[in-house]
Amino acid sequence: MSESKSPYLLSMSGITKRYGGVRALENVSFDTHRGSIHALLGENGAGKSTLIKILSGVVQPDSGTIELDGNTVSFANPQQANDLGVSCIFQELSLLPDLTVADNIGITRPPLKFGMIDYRAQRRIAEEALARVGGENIDPMETVSNLSLSRRQMVEIAKALARNPKILILDEATSALTAADVDKVFKMLHRLRDEGMAIIYISHRMPEIAELADTCTVYRNGTKVETFKNGTKSDSAVVEMMIGREYSSVYPAKSSRPTATKPILKVSDFSWNDELNGIDLEMRTGEIVGLGGLDGQGQRQLQLGLFGTLIGSSGSVEINGTTVKLNSPKMAKSDDIGIALVPEDRKYEGLMLSMTVRENLSFAAVEKMSRMGVVDKRAEEAAIDEMIALLKIKADGIDGPVGALSGGNQQKVVIGKWLMTKPRIILLNDPTRGIDVGTKQEIYQLLQKLAAEGCAILLYSTDYDELIGCCDRVLVMYDGRIVRTLAGDDLNETNLVSAALNLPEQAANRPEPKKLQEASL
Amino acid sequence: MTVSSEPADLVSRQKYFGWVGRLSAAQRGILIAMLIFASMFIVYGWKQAAGLTPNMINTAANKGALLALVAMAQTLPVITRGLDLSVGATFVLANCLASTIVVDGPIATTFGIFGVLLLGLACGAVNGLIIVYGRLQPLIATLATSAVYFGIALAVRPQPGGSVNFELADFMTRSSFAIPHSVLLLLAVVVFIWIPYRRSVLGRAAFAIGSSEQAAYMSGIPINRAKMLAYTLSGLLASIGGILLTALTYSGAAKMSIANEYTLNSIGAVVIGGTSLFGGVGSAVGSIFGAFVMRTVGDLLIVFDINPVLQPLFVGVVLLVAVSLGSLRVLRIKNRLDIYR
Repeated sequence: MSESKSPYLLSMSGITKRYGGVRALENVSFDTHRGSIHALLGENGAGKSTLIKILSGVVQPDSGTIELDGNTVSFANPQQANDLGVSCIFQELSLLPDLTVADNIGITRPPLKFGMIDYRAQRRIAEEALARVGGENIDPMETVSNLSLSRRQMVEIAKALARNPKILILDEATSALTAADVDKVFKMLHRLRDEGMAIIYISHRMPEIAELADTCTVYRNGTKVETFKNGTKSDSAVVEMMIGREYSSVYPAKSSRPTATKPILKVSDFSWNDELNGIDLEMRTGEIVGLGGLDGQGQRQLQLGLFGTLIGSSGSVEINGTTVKLNSPKMAKSDDIGIALVPEDRKYEGLMLSMTVRENLSFAAVEKMSRMGVVDKRAEEAAIDEMIALLKIKADGIDGPVGALSGGNQQKVVIGKWLMTKPRIILLNDPTRGIDVGTKQEIYQLLQKLAAEGCAILLYSTDYDELIGCCDRVLVMYDGRIVRTLAGDDLNETNLVSAALNLPEQAANRPEPKKLQEASL
Repeated sequence: MTVSSEPADLVSRQKYFGWVGRLSAAQRGILIAMLIFASMFIVYGWKQAAGLTPNMINTAANKGALLALVAMAQTLPVITRGLDLSVGATFVLANCLASTIVVDGPIATTFGIFGVLLLGLACGAVNGLIIVYGRLQPLIATLATSAVYFGIALAVRPQPGGSVNFELADFMTRSSFAIPHSVLLLLAVVVFIWIPYRRSVLGRAAFAIGSSEQAAYMSGIPINRAKMLAYTLSGLLASIGGILLTALTYSGAAKMSIANEYTLNSIGAVVIGGTSLFGGVGSAVGSIFGAFVMRTVGDLLIVFDINPVLQPLFVGVVLLVAVSLGSLRVLRIKNRLDIYR
C-alpha cells in the first residue's frame, strides 16, 4: 500500500508571510483530505489569496511547512507546484490571449511527437478537457482573446484539469460564469471529489459555498479563525467570524453639512459591457457617498465611466441638471463638469514616479494656471505650495522624485494633484489601501473638510470600517448593480457584509442547503 | 448533454468573413503581406518592356532573400516582445568572417560555413544571456552588442576584400529551372528551422511570453530557456544571411551603413509581415514577404522612372500603410484605458 503516512493529503502549518511591514499571514495552518471540497472564507485581505499563492508556488512563505502526501515540500515557482499535482485557477485569468484554446490547455505539458508538439493530440486533449467541464461548445482552435469572459473562465478550468492534479484550487473561479455554466462546473466538481481529488474553493458567494463545500475554514486578518463542517453554522455566525474585530475609531466626526436639495450628479440607467447593469445614482454637494461590496463588482468601472474612459456606455449622466456626454478624462475635469478621479493604482495611473512632487502636483491643473498656452510660473508655484501645506506632504522631498516618498505621501500627492483642479465631484478608488494609519486619518479629515466646503465625494473602499466611518450613505454593488443603499443606523458592518454577499435583507438564517441529486451525477 | 448557444461574436465573425474570419492573426498578417507583394510584383512585371526574365527574377530574389533572412532573425525576439538591434551587425560580422574562412577546397569551405554559423549562434547566445540573466532591456542590450559585433567585424576585415569559394557562391546565387536557389534557401530555413521551432515547446513558450509574460509564468512555462533560444536562433539566421551576402558580393566589408540599414529594414519587414511589436503574434513566413515588399519598392521606382533617391520616401509610405492595416483593432476597444496598455 502506498497510502500516505499522514491522514491528510495536504497539511500546511505555521505559515507566516509578510510583505514589507504588512503582515499577510501569521502562523496559519490548513489541512485537507483527498476526496473533499474545502471552502476558504474571509473578507478582502484576510489572507486567503496569499495562502493559495503559497500553495501554488507563486510566492514563498517566510516560514512554515507544507506537507503533501506526508512528504515535506517547497515550491520555488508555479511549475514545481504543478509537477507535484497542485493546480490553481486564479482570479486573474492566467490564459495567454494570443494563443488558441488548445494551445492554452496544453501549455504546461503539451503532447509531443518527434520532439515537436503534436497538434492533433493536443486538440483531442483540449476537446476532452473542455467536455469534462461542460464546455464542449468552445472551439479548441479559437484564439482566446476572441472569447467572452465566461468562456475564458471555462477554458481556464479545463486547463487546470488537463494537468490531472491531485489538488485543484479555484480562487473566485466562478465569478464570471453564467448560471448554467456554474451548474455544470458544480456537477463536475462533485464528480471529481468523488473520484478522490482534493478541491479548495474560494468564493464570496455564500450560497455557492453552502451548496458545494464539505468543510469550511474562516480567515481573518491573516490568521485562521475556525474550521467547521459545512452546514453546522448559520450565515450570520459565519459573517460574525469573518468580521469579528474591534472597531477602531480613527474617524473624525461627520460634520453636519449643508446639503443641497438638487443633485449635482444624477446618473440614470448607466450600463456598460455586462459589467455595469442599470446604475442609478444621485449625489448632492456636501455629501460623502460610499461604494461598497466585494472587490470587482463594477465599482471601478462605474468610476471610470463617470470619468469618461468607457466607450459604448448607455444611460444618462446629468451634472447640475444638464445632461452631459463624458468622452474623456480631459472633458470630465473641465470647468463645466469638474470631476476628479483618484485612481486605484497610484503607481501606474496616478503618478509619474520619476518626476518631482511639484511636477506631479501641477500636471492635471496646469491649464488652469496658464494663459494662452504659457504657464504662469508664479501662480503655479503658489498653488503648489498651498497644496503641500494643506496636505502636510513631507517637505524635504518635494523637489525629488515622487517615487522616493512613502506610500502614504504618494497617495497625498495623487489627491493633491486632483484638488489643484478645484473639482466639484471627487471620485476616490480605495485611497487608503496599503498606507499607514496616521496618513489614513489625515485623508479622512481632508475628505470631511472637502465635503464641508461643498464637494460631492464618491468613495469606493474595500475597508468596511472606512465606509462606516466616513460616509453618509453607502451603495453596495453586486454583479454590476447597486443592490442596497445603507444609511444611518443600518450602516453597520453586518449589513455591509451581508449586502456585499447579496444575501436577502435581514437574513440571519441560511436557507436549507440544496439537496444534491448525487445519483444523477 | 445539451449544448448551449455558441458565443454570438464567434458566429457572426464566421458568417461575415467566411474562411478569412477563421484565420489566426498571424495567418491574416501573412496573407496581407503576400497580397501586397503579389500586387506590387504584378505591376512590376507588367511595366517591364521585356517582361519578366528568369534573370531578373533571380536578381530580385537574391536581393530580397538577404533582407528576408535578417527579418526572420528579427522575428524571433519580437515574438517574445523583445527586439534585436544587433541582427545587422551579426549579418555584417558573418559576412566578414565568411570572406576569410569560407575559401579554398570543399573541406575547408564546409568547416568555414560551420564556423560562421557557430559565430552567429554565439552572437545570439550572448544577447540572450545578457537579456535573460543580466535582466537588461533588449533594446539597450542589443544596441551595445551591435557595436561590439561590428567592432569585431572591423578587426576581422579592416579593409573591404577577401574572397569566397566560387562554386559555393555561384550555386547559392543562380537558378535551376527558373527557381532561384536563394528562394530554395529561404524555403529550407522555413521547413528546417522555423516550422520545427514554432512547433517546439520552447517555440510556443516564446509566443506565450510575448502574449503575457505574467500568465506564462503562472502557467509554469520555462521562460528563461525560451528567451535564450529565441535570441540564439536569431543570431544563427542572421549569420546565414551573412553567408548569402558573401556569396553575392564575393567579398566581405565591415560597413556600418549596411548593418544599420538591415537592422532597421528588418523591423519594417517584420511589421509588414504581420508580427506584432507587442509580441505574441507573428510568423517568420510573414517577415519573408515583408522583406520582399520592402525590396520591390525600389524596383517599382525604376520601372516607373522615378528618381531612385526617393526610395526611402516610398518605403516609408508602404510601411505606414501596412502598419495601419494591422492596427485596426483600436476601433474595437471599449475602455479608453486599454489603448495605453
